[in-house]
Amino acid sequence: MRLDCPMCGSRDRREFYYQGDAVMLARPAVDAGEAAWDSYLHLRDNPAGQTRELWQHEAGCGAWLVVTRDTVTHAVSAVELASDVKRAMA
Amino acid sequence: MRFSGWRVLREGLTGNKGWAPHWRDAEPKAEYDAIIIGGGGHGLSTAYYLAKEHGLTNIAVLEKGYLGGGNVGRNTTIVRANYFLQGNSEFYSHSLKLWEGLEEDLNYNVMHSQRGLINLFHSDGQRDAFARRGNSMINQGDDAVLLDREGVRKYLPYLDFDNVRFPIYGGLLHPRGGTARHDAVAWGYARGASDRGVDLIQKCEVTGIDIENGQVRGVQTTRGAIRAKKVGIVVAGRSGQVAAMAGMRLPIESHILQAFVTEGLKPCIDHVVSFGMGHFYISQSDKGGLVFGGDLDFYASYASRGNLPMAEHVMEAGMTLMPMIGKAKVLRSWGGIMDMTPDGSPIIDKTDTKGLFIDCGWCYGGFKAVPGSGFSFAHLMATGNHHGPAAKFRLDRFRTGTGLMDEEGTGAQHNLH
Repeated sequence: MRLDCPMCGSRDRREFYYQGDAVMLARPAVDAGEAAWDSYLHLRDNPAGQTRELWQHEAGCGAWLVVTRDTVTHAVSAVELASDVKRAMA
Repeated sequence: MRFSGWRVLREGLTGNKGWAPHWRDAEPKAEYDAIIIGGGGHGLSTAYYLAKEHGLTNIAVLEKGYLGGGNVGRNTTIVRANYFLQGNSEFYSHSLKLWEGLEEDLNYNVMHSQRGLINLFHSDGQRDAFARRGNSMINQGDDAVLLDREGVRKYLPYLDFDNVRFPIYGGLLHPRGGTARHDAVAWGYARGASDRGVDLIQKCEVTGIDIENGQVRGVQTTRGAIRAKKVGIVVAGRSGQVAAMAGMRLPIESHILQAFVTEGLKPCIDHVVSFGMGHFYISQSDKGGLVFGGDLDFYASYASRGNLPMAEHVMEAGMTLMPMIGKAKVLRSWGGIMDMTPDGSPIIDKTDTKGLFIDCGWCYGGFKAVPGSGFSFAHLMATGNHHGPAAKFRLDRFRTGTGLMDEEGTGAQHNLH
C-alpha cells in the first residue's frame, strides 16, 4: 500500500503512522458531556467500504493527512492535508 | 452418533458406511425463543451452552456463510490463560478449565494439546514484567514457571541465544498453555448444539434487526423474517455493521491480522513460543506446518488479507529468533478481521435495547476464549445476569472510564492495541 502525500508524492505505507477515523478532527467542547466525548474517543462507524482516516507522514514531512480509503479493497481515493480539511470545516 | 474407539473399529471393518453428518442443516422457522447471529466459534458455543446449561433448545444460529468459516477457521490456534489484569484473568482461567474438559463434554476430538507456552524475555525489565505476570497467573490458580536462560535452553535448544540485540534472558513457561484443532472446535460445538435441538442455519444473512418500543422482536434475513424476543450478536469483525442495524455505534474498529503456515515438516517445535522483541509467535501443527504470526497491520481493514511490510517484519522476527526455519517454505498466508476495542479487552453485555445482547471485541485473542465466551454469553442471555468470570466485560466502560482493562498498559485508545 502506498499513500500520495500532498507534500512528498507517492510513498511507502511504512513511512506513515495510522491514527484512526477522521472523526478525531472534530474535537467536542470541553463541557460537551459524556456522550459527545465517548463518541469522539471510542465509538466508530467502522464501515466496510469508504472511510476517512487520519494518518501522519511520520518518516517524511511530518504532515497530518486525511486519507479517503476503501477498507475492503485498500484502494486510496484521496489524500488531503488535515490542516486544509480543518480550515474548510471552520 | 457417539464417537468411540469401538465405533472407529466397527466402521473400519464395515466400510465406513455408518458415519452420518455431524449436524442438521436446518431450515429457518418463523419464531424462536432466542436467535444467535453468527455461526463462528463463539456463536456456536453460545448456542451449545444455552441448550446444555439452560435448557433453551428452541433457538437458532444464523450464519451468512458456512459454519466456522470466519476467524475460528483462520487463526493460530493458541489456547492459554496467562492474562494479568483482574477481569481478564478469571475469565481466561475459566475458559481454560472448560477447554480441559471439552473433548469429554463434546465427545469430539478437538486435539487440545497442552504442550506448554513459553514467552521469551530479553532484558531485566522484561524479566520483571513476566515475573509479575507469572505471579498474577499463580494467584488466579493457573500455572506459571519463570525459566532462566539455561532453563529455556533445555526446552528450546534451537533458538539463537546470543543475538546481539535480543539475547535470551529467560522465559515464562505456562505449562497448561498449548494449541487445539481450530475447525474441530467449531464442528464439535455445532454437533453438540444440533444434537440438543438447536437449528443451525447457514447461508442466512441478517439484514435487519426488528425493534419495537425498545424491545427486540426478531430479525430480517435473506431467508425471510424470523421472530425472537432475545437476540445475541456474536459476529466478531462484522460487529459494527450488525450493531448498526440496531442503531448502535460500538467502541470497535476492525483491523487486519496476518498469519502464516509453512509446508509440513518433521516435529521440531514442541511448544508455543513467543518472541519478546515485539509480536512474533510460533507453534507446529500436528500436520507439521509451522504456524506463526505477528502484530496487526495497523489500519482499519475488512480485506481478509494484509500488506507486505508486516509479512516481511514477521519473517525477519522469525529468522532472528530461530534461524533454523529459514529454509522452510511458506505455503499460505491469510488475514483475519479483528474486532479491536480501545483497551484491547472484550465486551459481553446487554444493550440499551431490551432482549438484545452483544458479545464482541475479542481483538486478536478470540480463539482461546471460545468456550468461556459462549458459556458466559449464554448465562447472560438466559438469566439476564452477568456471569461471574465475564462480569467486567462491560460495554459502558469506555463511556464511564470505570473498569478499563488495558493489559498492555498503553492507553485505552483505538490505534494502540
